[in-house]
Amino acid sequence: MDAILQEKLAEKLLCPRARSSRQKDRQYVGFATLPNQVHRKSVKKGFDFTLMVAGESGLGKSTLVNSLFLTDLYKDRKLLNAEERISQTVEITKHTVDIEEKGVKLKLTIVDTPGFGDAVNNNECWKPITDYIDQQFEQYFRDESGLNRKNILDNRVHCCLYFIPPFGHGLRPIDVEFMKALHEKVNIIPLIAKADCLTPNEIKKLKDRVRDEIEKFGIKVYQFPECDSDEDEEFKQLDKELKECTPLAVIGSNTVVEARGQRVRGRVYPWGIVEVENQSHCDFVKLRSMLIRSHMHDLKDVTCDVHYENYRAQCIQDMTSKLTQDNRVDSPLPILPLPTPDAETERLIKMKDEELKRMQEMLEKMQQQIHEKEQ
Amino acid sequence: MAATDVDIFSNEEKRNLSLGGHVGFDSLPDQLVSKSVTQGFCFNILCVGETGIGKSTLMNTLFNTMFENEEASHYQNSVYLRPRTYDLQESNVHLKLTIVDTVGFGDQINKEDSYKPIVDYIDTQFENYLQEELKIKRSLFNYHDTRIHICLYFIAPTGHSLKSLDLVTMKKLDSKVNIIPIIAKADTISKSELHKFKIKIMSELVSNGVQIYQFPTDDEAVTEINSSMNAHLPFAVVGSVEEVKVGNKTVRARQYPWGVVQVENESHCDFVKLREMLIRVNMEDLREQTHARHYELYRRCKLEEMGFKDTDPDSQPFSLQETYEAKRKEFLGDLQRKEEEMRQMFVSKVKETEAELKEKEKELHDKFEQLKRMHQEEKRKVEEKRRDIEEEMNAFNRRKVAAETLSLSQPLKKDKDKKN
Repeated sequence: MDAILQEKLAEKLLCPRARSSRQKDRQYVGFATLPNQVHRKSVKKGFDFTLMVAGESGLGKSTLVNSLFLTDLYKDRKLLNAEERISQTVEITKHTVDIEEKGVKLKLTIVDTPGFGDAVNNNECWKPITDYIDQQFEQYFRDESGLNRKNILDNRVHCCLYFIPPFGHGLRPIDVEFMKALHEKVNIIPLIAKADCLTPNEIKKLKDRVRDEIEKFGIKVYQFPECDSDEDEEFKQLDKELKECTPLAVIGSNTVVEARGQRVRGRVYPWGIVEVENQSHCDFVKLRSMLIRSHMHDLKDVTCDVHYENYRAQCIQDMTSKLTQDNRVDSPLPILPLPTPDAETERLIKMKDEELKRMQEMLEKMQQQIHEKEQ
Repeated sequence: MAATDVDIFSNEEKRNLSLGGHVGFDSLPDQLVSKSVTQGFCFNILCVGETGIGKSTLMNTLFNTMFENEEASHYQNSVYLRPRTYDLQESNVHLKLTIVDTVGFGDQINKEDSYKPIVDYIDTQFENYLQEELKIKRSLFNYHDTRIHICLYFIAPTGHSLKSLDLVTMKKLDSKVNIIPIIAKADTISKSELHKFKIKIMSELVSNGVQIYQFPTDDEAVTEINSSMNAHLPFAVVGSVEEVKVGNKTVRARQYPWGVVQVENESHCDFVKLREMLIRVNMEDLREQTHARHYELYRRCKLEEMGFKDTDPDSQPFSLQETYEAKRKEFLGDLQRKEEEMRQMFVSKVKETEAELKEKEKELHDKFEQLKRMHQEEKRKVEEKRRDIEEEMNAFNRRKVAAETLSLSQPLKKDKDKKN
């Protein structure tokens, strides 16, 4: 009974005018206002989010980013010709914008990867991208371990949207290799780009295909967190739908057109108008709500708690193993045993053990022979 | 072909005559047509494009049949070509259609060698035809011509420009086969984007010197339609074998939640244009171009490689026969020379080994002699020693005997002394 009462009160408390009614209840302590305080502080501090987009040229990455955040990030972009792209290397470009909505400030950084998959020989073309992500982790690690930790800039990549071309029958080798190289460093959300070239049946087939292949190759894409059991039914239903819809099939557009008497964002074709925000046309709305409206903070949390921690643990382990290797001869302190023994040394030990056993057997045989001879 | 014939004939004496009545050789084209109809036609299409871009669907749509085709996987290690031959019939015209598919094109991470299997396949077909031509007993009219008449290059509808792989491959293929570039899955590009895309593609092709097939404009019957079509390249096509009911008709189309893309609607895509150009108007011209231009180029390069020339050093025209004979003689002479060389080498090697063996024999002999001498020396020494010893023994014996006789005679003396 008390719990429900407190809940009701907490609701009222989010509205500052209910202060007077608060004082009437003696059992009430008041820490139910914590969410409100958190809200105020975070609004004051502002948020930041780093989003990486990756995929071949011409899949609509820039259009989608513009549609998601309703701004024009790519004003004077220079696109390369085909001959210039034959041996192009991957670059990393960053665009930072500050956007504000209802008093909430967001510093949004978009990391773009032009040139990915465009050259004729794309061996290891994801290396600049993994290097960039590692660099950001290293930078943060260093800052965190420093003395003055007041103004740490968090440039770590929170989410990577990977665009899969809809023209094929599923994932291609370059898609698989890219995702495998990155799935333990960053949250990957695979998207099917330019979904207006697929009929609903084809979309379903392709999504099933891609999901199976992701599982088959053991790629760990970003998993939506399980809902708590006390969330309301509507939220649970949305969450379930979202999980069944991956990978999301998106269409992007920043041009406003007239459709069904309304002004909507879409693409005009001679046979019809594709509305970007129409749920039956594509999953853009789902992507937007997932990325921005519900899971943005979860993406940041997973980056900090899982990917960054993995990186940090690996880094520290490398450092200590190097130290123990160097000081193995004369270390006054007892050396902690390495958690994973060296495979090489184990093998040598096994070999030597076997040799010893063999020699012992030979000795025994000889002794026996001598014994028999004596008798 | 017609132009060169006229040149030859204008050198000779020729008079134009007018006919008094109807002779009847105006039926020659009809005879030709009926002959070729009974013979049947053959046409070979090569489809080059990424996996899943719609090659098989477009072929099904073009020829209004379901050719059997399994979906290819993306995980091929390298590109390979898959030719399939079908027999089609329309009215009383037989067509032997070969569709060659490129499996695995564009899927590898390193695509530097992707064009090689395609070029090799085209060259092999030319080579087969050349071999048949050069045979002594040949049957060209019966020969199943597998030379590629047309290459449809499928461009992915990115909306920006060609991909680097497209450019590299088309450059390698443009001198070997007629290329018609088409934009696949064109229902993802809006009209304005399409216009810009086409211009960009054509400018890139021109600036890189890629020669695509131009529809011929020298025949008055088709020059108008061909030249207008030339301006529409590359064709933006959509393929579909599913039928959708639109209005009160059932047409081949793709059904989307926002509309229906009709394949045969000219304002939706250029499929009808492609079909007109490829099949209804220019099929024969494509075959001719393949034979007269691409095949001749291949043949010339191949024969020049083998060392044949049309004119010898004195600029007198050579015939193939003489060149062939000369080549053969050269070849046989070469062979003989090589044989001689080998034989000589063999002989010299044998001599060498013999000499070696002889030397070794001599060495052994010398050694033997030396040992013998040593042996003799030793024997002599031993003999000497023996004689010495014998002498000593004799001397000793003599002394002994002497000593004995002395001792015998001495006691007599003593006795004598005693008696005295």
